[in-house]
Amino acid sequence: MANETEPRDLIDVLGGWLAGLRDWIDERFPMTEFWEKHVSQYYAPKNFNAWYFFGSIALLMLVNQIVTGIFLAMNYKPDANQAFASVEYIMRDVNWGWLIRYMHSVGSSMFFVVVYLHMFRGVMYGSYKKPRELLWIFGALIYVGLMAEAFMGYLLPWGQMSYWGAQVIISLFGAIPWVGEGLAQWIRGDFNISDITLNRFFALHVAAVPLVLIGLVLFHLVALHEVGSNNPDGVEIKKKKDANGIPLDGIPFHPYYTMKDIVGVIVFAAIFSAIIFFAPGMHGLFLEPANFEPANALKTPDDIHPLWYFGPYYAILRSIPDKLTGVAAMGAAIFLLFLLPWIDKHPVKSLRYRGVLYRYLVIVFGLTFAVLGFIGMQAASPTWAQIGQRCAELYFLFFVVSWVYSRPRTTGFMTITFVVLMGLVSIFDWIGWDPAEGSFKLTTWLIPGLYCAVFLLLPAFFSKLNEPETVPERVTSK
Amino acid sequence: MKKIGIISILILALAPALALAQDEGLQKADINLTNTASLQRGAKYFVNYCMGCHSAQYVRYNRLGDDLGLNEAQLENYLMPGGSKISDTMVSAMPAADSEKWFGRTPPDLSLEARSRGPDWIYSYLKSFYVDDHSATGANNTVLPNAAMPNVLWEMQGLQKLVPGEQGAEGEKQPAHFEPLTQGKLTPAQYDQVALDLTNFLTYTAEPIQLERRDLGLKVIGFLIVFFLFAYLLKREIWKRLH
Repeated sequence: MANETEPRDLIDVLGGWLAGLRDWIDERFPMTEFWEKHVSQYYAPKNFNAWYFFGSIALLMLVNQIVTGIFLAMNYKPDANQAFASVEYIMRDVNWGWLIRYMHSVGSSMFFVVVYLHMFRGVMYGSYKKPRELLWIFGALIYVGLMAEAFMGYLLPWGQMSYWGAQVIISLFGAIPWVGEGLAQWIRGDFNISDITLNRFFALHVAAVPLVLIGLVLFHLVALHEVGSNNPDGVEIKKKKDANGIPLDGIPFHPYYTMKDIVGVIVFAAIFSAIIFFAPGMHGLFLEPANFEPANALKTPDDIHPLWYFGPYYAILRSIPDKLTGVAAMGAAIFLLFLLPWIDKHPVKSLRYRGVLYRYLVIVFGLTFAVLGFIGMQAASPTWAQIGQRCAELYFLFFVVSWVYSRPRTTGFMTITFVVLMGLVSIFDWIGWDPAEGSFKLTTWLIPGLYCAVFLLLPAFFSKLNEPETVPERVTSK
Repeated sequence: MKKIGIISILILALAPALALAQDEGLQKADINLTNTASLQRGAKYFVNYCMGCHSAQYVRYNRLGDDLGLNEAQLENYLMPGGSKISDTMVSAMPAADSEKWFGRTPPDLSLEARSRGPDWIYSYLKSFYVDDHSATGANNTVLPNAAMPNVLWEMQGLQKLVPGEQGAEGEKQPAHFEPLTQGKLTPAQYDQVALDLTNFLTYTAEPIQLERRDLGLKVIGFLIVFFLFAYLLKREIWKRLH
């Protein structure tokens, strides 16, 4: 730039023009500044592992859903008499319609897979802790928004499971005292799921909720870039900076993580494609067989259950015979996620340094969630309801134990907590006592019993199991 | 940490398998969509035996011709009812109001039957009609008890009766089974093939793109593997700068 000689070749000429264009824009819009602040000079910890792929993949899935959704909306008809046929029209007569539809339907399930892994990463490494509480809350709001989006989207194909699933879920609002029935009717816009419901769900699914989601994702990213990324060691890289104010353990997001994420995205895309092209229905898990039958208000399917990603909450709901209590438990299960930053206040973030027991506590929590998801997909039976109830108890116990682990506790405190919790579990059993399945109930009592014994009684007497290790000053990657 | 990763991947991989560990005792249909001759026969049987009452309203004749290797003349001669256009779909001529009156319900559209019930169900259903004097149509079905549908394939299969399960001498329960009452036009093996051809055809109609999507999938994944190699090498090259 400093030399004043004539440009020698085309590349130089083009480069000159582009630089001119950049300067022209920068005088009017902070393009370069934005790029530097959020990408090329955004410093991320250098020790991200594979769990850190899921954030960018989640963003990719959001784009996938929006783009494929726009093309689907061009041919879909939100009309009770035409909706089902218009989906088949997309599948058969629209050029590449089948691919777009599968990318959207498989995409919604894979979005949840990615989001669940992303959330579990946050739990493992304590990414919700100070100063990332708001970042976590925006994330939890995105999760709730996604559930609303997925629920309303599932009505649109207007198959049997679309119809009856929506019927069941909306009727849950009816369990709320006083206002419930009116509220459910207000949501449906009718006494039953009908054409009116389909139309408004379409409007909400393609316009309202996506707008909210995009806004929340923006907030999520702004909050992330304000506080900086956490990492598998839970070390704040901003605490150790060099003379230029650059974190010693930080590397520029671009090119290092953009390049690494591209590799992660390709691996994910291969899995995504394998499902789309070889098992788009994922053996009934992503597209349920019953949903290939048009909605029929006069024919109730034998077994109604929502898609797999609602399985855990549906299992919690079904595990409690009383509808209102079930709905409350389900709501609490989701709401507790929001409170996690204030439940677990242990100063060490990552489970790498939180002691043996906490590591197993988190693993068991992940397993509990998976088992609940599995139970949510099974046809209702007393056996599954009973096991579901125990798993629901473990789900809630995780939050209690997390709170107990927040700081050093005395043997007495741990023992009393154990007694109180098992007392509560037993009272709950006593309320729902049914002599017919009494012995089974007593046997499964051992599930929360063993859980509490391992996670509360054991550390009460062997406090070493719960002793945090020294957190390193710097991140531990090579 | 690796352990947690492996465990979670295992859970994710096993969950669908566990969810599917259910068997309803149906006979396995040996579906082969690359067998075009079987699909063509299935289409013919469908038009001759099923379409009197059932539609496949999402299946278009010209698409059928393209996918099953039939030209326009063949479609018109063998499959299309008189007066229908090549761009029409396979709609039964029976008015819904009449079928409602005759059978108590409109026979369901079969385009997607293989996706809602599954090929094994269709195959087993077609083989499980038996004579039942208590039924209005004179026939009943073990796969769909009290089905409103008459046994339209009886001429080919021959009539059969249901022998209920008994307690065997060894103490094992003998399952219910069929015994032939009359000789059909076809041998049992030939009839099995007819049922299979029909099932094959309906499996195709449930998702016509099945014939192509796997081939495209191989290309897409092949491309991604090559892309992965280049991207990974580039990533390694760029990350070397850090050391």
